[in-house]
Amino acid sequence: MSKTVSFITENFGKYDPYSIDSYLSIGGFTAIKNALAMSSNDIIEIAKKAVVKGRGGAAYDTGRKWSQAASVPGDNKVVICNADEGEPCTFKDRNVIENDPFRLLEGMVIAGYTVGAQNGYIYLREEYRHLRSLIQNAIDQCMEKGYVGDNIMGSDFSFHIHLYSGAGAYVCGEGSTLIESIEGKSGRPRIKPPFIKECGLFLLPTLVNNVETLAIAAAVLQHGVDEYIKYGTPESPGTKIISLAGNVKNPGAYEIPFGLTLREIIYDIGGGIPDGHNLLLFQLGGASGKIGPASIIDTPYTYADLAKQGLVVGSGGVLVVDDRTRVIDFVKSIQDFFIHESCGKCTPCREGNRQIAKIIDRFVAGNPKPDDLNTAERFANIMSNCAFCGLGETAQSALLTAIKHFPQEFDLEEVAVK
Amino acid sequence: MNSTETKSFGVLTRDLALKIDSIIEKHQSNSTKLIGILLDIQDVVPRQYIPREVAAYVSEKMNIPLSKTYDVISFYAALSDVPRADYIIQLCDSVVCKVTDNTVLLNTITNLLGINEREATADGKYWLEYTPCFGACDISPAIRINGKVYGNLTTEDSIKAALSQYK
Ligand SMILES: Cc1cc2nc3c(=O)[nH]c(=O)nc-3n(C[C@H](O)[C@H](O)[C@H](O)COP(=O)(O)O)c2cc1C
Ligand code: SF4
Ligand code: FES
Repeated sequence: MSKTVSFITENFGKYDPYSIDSYLSIGGFTAIKNALAMSSNDIIEIAKKAVVKGRGGAAYDTGRKWSQAASVPGDNKVVICNADEGEPCTFKDRNVIENDPFRLLEGMVIAGYTVGAQNGYIYLREEYRHLRSLIQNAIDQCMEKGYVGDNIMGSDFSFHIHLYSGAGAYVCGEGSTLIESIEGKSGRPRIKPPFIKECGLFLLPTLVNNVETLAIAAAVLQHGVDEYIKYGTPESPGTKIISLAGNVKNPGAYEIPFGLTLREIIYDIGGGIPDGHNLLLFQLGGASGKIGPASIIDTPYTYADLAKQGLVVGSGGVLVVDDRTRVIDFVKSIQDFFIHESCGKCTPCREGNRQIAKIIDRFVAGNPKPDDLNTAERFANIMSNCAFCGLGETAQSALLTAIKHFPQEFDLEEVAVK
Repeated sequence: MNSTETKSFGVLTRDLALKIDSIIEKHQSNSTKLIGILLDIQDVVPRQYIPREVAAYVSEKMNIPLSKTYDVISFYAALSDVPRADYIIQLCDSVVCKVTDNTVLLNTITNLLGINEREATADGKYWLEYTPCFGACDISPAIRINGKVYGNLTTEDSIKAALSQYK
């Protein structure tokens, strides 16, 4: 009995992603057709009813975001599809693109129609360069058949889609940084205000959405919102694609209804821990997400229940770590990532990460100094509060939650005898 | 190839300059496409990097200050200003590949090729670099060779099989 569901992912494996005819044969473009028959307001109401919290990580309500984007004045607006997917332990957007690129394009067209945009940009991470031709082919075929471009499906709505590539920088997943990168610059975040919804790419009002968010929009417009919210819980309706990996038997991207417990995710879907090892911890939402100990494994995967345990959905990553890894080595690995990816623009993140790394290295080596734990915690809190962008704000989530759940790993005497 | 060299440049041959021209043209000489242009150029430069002459040539052609071109080259991990090799091996050292134990992978590659991180083999064939997660965590531990992903590399044999496709 499978606990996964198939709504956002319903088309996976059902058609040839290189062929628009194949997509048409399974009912493709019904979503755009339905959308074009509605007003922008109707679609925003549907999006609000679906309660889709942005799937890029920040969990901002999509209906609300679309409604704000629609009400920004301007007859030249932009929709960006964020396909940067840089969060470690996150590969669900790759799965969507690989299996169902046309649905993603439908989602972009619908977003464009709803907010009144003329142009869409897909920002694809360099690491997914093998998907460039697949996406470009889908765009070209849609242009040819009139689902993208001028006067879509005979309406007076026109929308063009452009494909841009990243070049290996995690911070470019942040909205304003992504915009800098599409403009051909190095990736450092912009100061807000002005907010990108008013003044973003090429100084135009800009809507940024994640791949999965846009795919959900298309699925909901195709089948009706009730088909979506029949899954999940009243507080977290609908489904989510998770990226399950690490020490599990069956890693992969799975669509689940909100409300399954972490135990069901890790053991029933993931097949449990391989080679008879025991669960040590899990990290939800990628490297910037928080960790939880095995003792809270019966927590349901919903926004509210996870928040109660100090966890986040974030990017939807579910990383399972067993007792072969030391907590401190895990923390070090996360720290290495953020040192590498800090863009260096602001002091709390640039220097904070370096200083914390030195302390973590001493813990790894088993010779921390008496003040190290306090100093690390203090610096980490400064970063969360004062960093210029979300990268620095969340870089220390793993460390702070590791200290909370595994205090013995940071106990000076215990560390020293190990 | 000496006869086709432009000016005194060693790297920027006439042939390469033509290729660069057509890449820039393909991107409509659009300065917002600088990153895509540099990535495409890097693919056609031997040993996959952006030599200084090339950076200067692109800047001049596109009317972009050289400092801005270098801001981009030095910022992005996928762009290199040092010569690499015919085959670039990128070994993921992010957290999922760590917890699924990429040590066999690392040791096998360094032993087989005799190179460490950010080094090329003497014949200029292979270059090894560590990279953050490239989204292949479902088949970790993983590497990329010239952009192509190979996963579940937990045994020496599986690693040799991947490498053997690049001779
Ligand atoms: C450092 C950093 C990296 C991010 N990386 C991504 C990413 O790779 N993909 C993504 O969709 N959102 C990413 N985000 C979140 C985006 O800023 C933004 O919230 C999201 O793309 C909006 O789309 P959504 O509302 O549909 O989630 C990142 C944020 C930060 C601060
Ligand atoms: S928080 Fe880090 S990534 Fe963000 S601007 Fe500051 S240095 Fe750059
Ligand atoms: S952590 Fe290695 S591919 Fe994601």
